[in-house]
This record gives sequence, structure tokens and C-alpha cells, in this order.
Amino acid sequence: MGSRASTLLREEEIEEIKKETGFSHSQITRLYSRFTSLDKGENGTLSREDFQRIPELAINPLGDRIINAFFPEGEDQVNFRGFMRTLAHFRPIEDNEKNKDPTASEPLNSRTNKLLFAFRLYDLDRDDKISRDELLQVLRMMVGVNISDEQLGSIADRTIQEADQNGDNSISFNEFIKVLEKVDVEQKMSIRFLH
Amino acid sequence: MKKKVQSHNLAMFYDWATLRIERGAKEKNHLLYKPYSNAIIAKEPTSLEEEIKEIRRSGSNRDLDSASEFEMSDIFYFARRGVESIMDDEVTKRFSAEELESWNLLTRSNYNFHYISLRLTVLWGLGVLIRYGFLLPLRVTLAFTGVGLLVFLTSIIGLLPNGRMKNFLSEKVHLMCYRICVRALTAIITYHDRENKPKNGGICVANHTSPIDVIILASDGCYAMVGQIHGGLMGVIQRSMVKACPHIWFERSEVKDRHLVAKRLSDHVEDKSKLPILIFPEGTCINNTSVMMFKKGSFEIGSTVYPVAIKYDPRFGDAFWNSSKFGMVNYLLRMMSSWAIVCSVWYLPPMCREEGEDAVQFANRVKAAIARQGGLVDLLWDGGLKRGKVKDTFKEEQQKLYSKISCMETDWLRDPLGHH
Repeated sequence: MGSRASTLLREEEIEEIKKETGFSHSQITRLYSRFTSLDKGENGTLSREDFQRIPELAINPLGDRIINAFFPEGEDQVNFRGFMRTLAHFRPIEDNEKNKDPTASEPLNSRTNKLLFAFRLYDLDRDDKISRDELLQVLRMMVGVNISDEQLGSIADRTIQEADQNGDNSISFNEFIKVLEKVDVEQKMSIRFLH
Repeated sequence: MKKKVQSHNLAMFYDWATLRIERGAKEKNHLLYKPYSNAIIAKEPTSLEEEIKEIRRSGSNRDLDSASEFEMSDIFYFARRGVESIMDDEVTKRFSAEELESWNLLTRSNYNFHYISLRLTVLWGLGVLIRYGFLLPLRVTLAFTGVGLLVFLTSIIGLLPNGRMKNFLSEKVHLMCYRICVRALTAIITYHDRENKPKNGGICVANHTSPIDVIILASDGCYAMVGQIHGGLMGVIQRSMVKACPHIWFERSEVKDRHLVAKRLSDHVEDKSKLPILIFPEGTCINNTSVMMFKKGSFEIGSTVYPVAIKYDPRFGDAFWNSSKFGMVNYLLRMMSSWAIVCSVWYLPPMCREEGEDAVQFANRVKAAIARQGGLVDLLWDGGLKRGKVKDTFKEEQQKLYSKISCMETDWLRDPLGHH
């Protein structure tokens, strides 16, 4: 009990995170206590193992990919800022944000950024294209051993065929957006807070 | 009656202390650390099936007749559920102490104590003096007395020939010593529904929060304990207890042998002259906000099960033993330097395994009854997740479910070439 929150979040940090992610004060402090409780090593950062200790995440077929989304290229630790930045993608889009200043940089939880988060779950090597192999990998993660290679292969081929518009046999981010233009991304990729 | 008044007054005092802290924090314009154990996010109750069908219906560019096997939007469900579990999950918070909104003047349970005013600090200091200077030495003495008497007297009784006299004396000695230990912890216990107390030949199951559970139950009735033989002081106690009446102690090597364990337990319950067995089917200490998976072993034996629910009042001293953080001695010292341990014990009506019910279903039924009575969350997760990893079978179940729902599985059987 009790030793972990000895480094409370400073006011300036909370303000910065608020500006960057759009979370409210109380949401940030709540998520900070969640962060510290996951941080078993008590060193202010989370490792992949810290995430994998969450049973509900460990049984999620895409668990490893989701964990990956928190870690920037080549890094093994994520600090609280990085943690919040990734979680911000799932903040619901509020009405008053929709008509904001168009010159301001896009908020982390915009429709495009939510789609980018999903795109990156597929695009493992971050080359901004979903290749047939990458698609197959994700398919395999989601179905486990229940579907044969041939069937998965034909599903992958069909999916790429339907989405690919410039004939390079892979799905770019724009093609990805086009395929999903009718999906209610705002709702499906948002998590509502109780406070 | 007097005890109820005492605990009520203490509770009011704690609420006042909390208000002072909140005021102090507001004055300095700081935000308080909020306990996150209350739910942060709203989790949609929709299932995998509902969501996938819904996304596909709204987002598909195809007509509705052709059931597609895969859509790129299928991952949204898993992504969102994954991030939800990162923000707040049902399991990991059960293995650390419950966090409270109000403060009970123990610094160990509050992280906001840099905001307390002078008046509160003085009170807190006074509290420390009383607890460590007066209560703790008194309680430790009592504890040693209780344990010492237990070891000494049970060894003497062990010399008597088996018979009614021995059992009678053994009962009296056990009860007396456990009651001394209850005093040593200043445990204020309220027993409910005593008419359902476990009888000989039965198995008593209870939710597990701390080793103190044993003392609480055993000071109100006589049980045969089950457990592994330890070394050291614990082992001495165990060995002398078993001289006076038959407890079931296992060597470390025997614990793994499930048949042996089951046989010894069933032999014991068949002998109606022997005391009811006390078992904690969760297998580990949970923080008293939930009941986790009951191991089915005790429910396979086929005797009457007497469920007991134990709920501690966390405002007076958190009784949960976080064994990965504190050793037993450290834990007991913390317990004995708290104000008091207040808890309620409910003896639930006995249950038997019904026709067509297997051990796992029976275990879940008992667990649900205990959870309901104690006001605890009923979880299917295994308490072993405190230390171990979750089994792969659960992930495989999810994958199988998705394969079925996405129509990948059945389609293939219908038409191998993939035409519709």
C-alpha cells in the first residue's frame, strides 16, 4: 500500500497534457493513478510486461499489437506523457471541437487520427502501406488456428482487391480511409469517461 | 451494542478528517489524488457478435445479402476493448488494497497527507502515540499469550487418550486461544445467521482476504484446518494443534497430488465425529472487493458445503494481505497497530451439489451466493493471476468466437472456392 503516488503530478505537467490530449483535469489524475498502479517497477515508465500483466488485454487477440502502439519506434519504455498521447486517440469527439480553427493542428482524437491508430495496427513496419503479408498476419492473430491458410489467403486477396485503387497490391492510408468512409469511426473508436 | 457506538463515532471522525484535508487542498489550489478503484470509464455491454454485425451493416459498401467474411473495420472492436482494459480492468485492482475516499488517520492509507492542517497533524501524531506506544505492545503481549497457550495446552491435551473428554477439552482450548487472538487484533466481529453454522462432516468455504480470516472463524466455532505444513513458528503451532484434534496438514510434496488431497479430505468428512473442514477455495488472498474463481477440488468431494461470507470494513484498517509486498510478520504488525478490525461474518444456508451439476457449476453457485451476501463483485477470473499469467485457452476462445461470428468458419464449409 501507499508508496507509489509519492511523486504526484505537477500542475504544469497536467496543463501541458490537457492541452495536448484534451483530457480534463480529473481524467488526467485518474489515469495517472492507473499508470502508477501498472508501473510495478515504480520507475515512472511502463514496459511491455507491465501491459501484458492485464489479463483482459492478454487474452485479446490483438493484444500485442495494441501494446505496440504505445511504444514509439525501437523503444521499450513509455512514460506518462506517451501513455496519455496514445490513449487520447480514444477520447470521444465533442461537438464544440468539430468547428474549431482549421489552422490549428489536428487533435489526437480526430476521425483521421483514430483511423490512423487502426491503420497502424495493421501496418507493422510503418511504411504507410498495408501489404498482403501484414494483412495476413493480422488475420491470423484474429482467428488463431481455426481457419486454413488458403482461406485466409483468399480473404486477404479479396480485401486488397476491393480496397486497392492504384494497383500497387497494398492498401495505403488514403485507400484505407476510403474503404471505411461509411463506418461510424467516431463511436466505435471512442471510450466514454464517467466523469 | 457499545462496540457499534464506538465504530459509528470513529466513522464520523474519519469523515471529518477527510473534509479537513479536502479543504486544505482547495486552499492551496491543488488537486487531490483520486482513488481509481472506482470505475473510470463506461464499458459498453455489447458483445463481439453485436458489434461486428453492426459495424458491417453500417459501413459496408456491399449489399446486405452477401455475408462478408472479413472487413477491415473488424479490428475496431478488439482495439477499443484492448484500450478499455488498459484504462481500467477488473482483475489487477483486486490484488492491491482497496483505496478509500475518506481518511482514517493512518498515513499508510492516504496519499494526500501533505495537505493536512496543523490541527489534524496534532491529532494524527496523537494517534501514532496511542497506536504504537500503547495499543501495539498490549496487543503483541496478548498475541504471544494466545499463541503460547495454544501450543502449550494442545500439547498437554495430546497426551490424553482419544475420547469425549479429549474432544471437549480440545474445543475449549482452541476457542479460548482464538478469542485471545481476536482481542489481540481488536477485531470487532458481527456474526449473522449463526443457526447456519457448519456441522460435523461438512465443508466450510469462505472468501479469503487475510490469514486473520482463520482466527475470526475459529473463534466462533471449531474447525479442522487444512493446509501445508510450514517450518518455523507456524510449523510448531501446526504440529501441536494436530495433537489435540485432527487437522489436515500436508507436506509440500503431497500438495501437488490432487488425488491424495481429495482422498484425505473425503476420509475426513465421512467420519462424522470429526470437525467440519475449513477451506478457502480461492487459493490466495484477494482484497475483499470481489470473490475470484473457486478451485473445484473442495466441491468434488460430495459433502454438504457451508458457505461463509466475510466482509471487512475498510475504513478502520485494511485487512488485505498483499503477500507480494509484505511478509507475514510485517503484515501482522501493521494489523496490530491499526485502530481496529471491523468485519461482518454471514453464515449462509448449507448447499449441496444438485443433480446434473458438475463441480465447477456448483463452485460457481456457492461463489455467487457468497458474493451476493457480502456485497462483493463476482468474478470468474482465477486468483492465481496475482502471480501467474493467464492461460492461452482464453485467447483461443476469443479467436474461435471471432472466426464463427465473422462467418469465416461456416462459409468455408459451405463453399470451398469462396464464391457466394
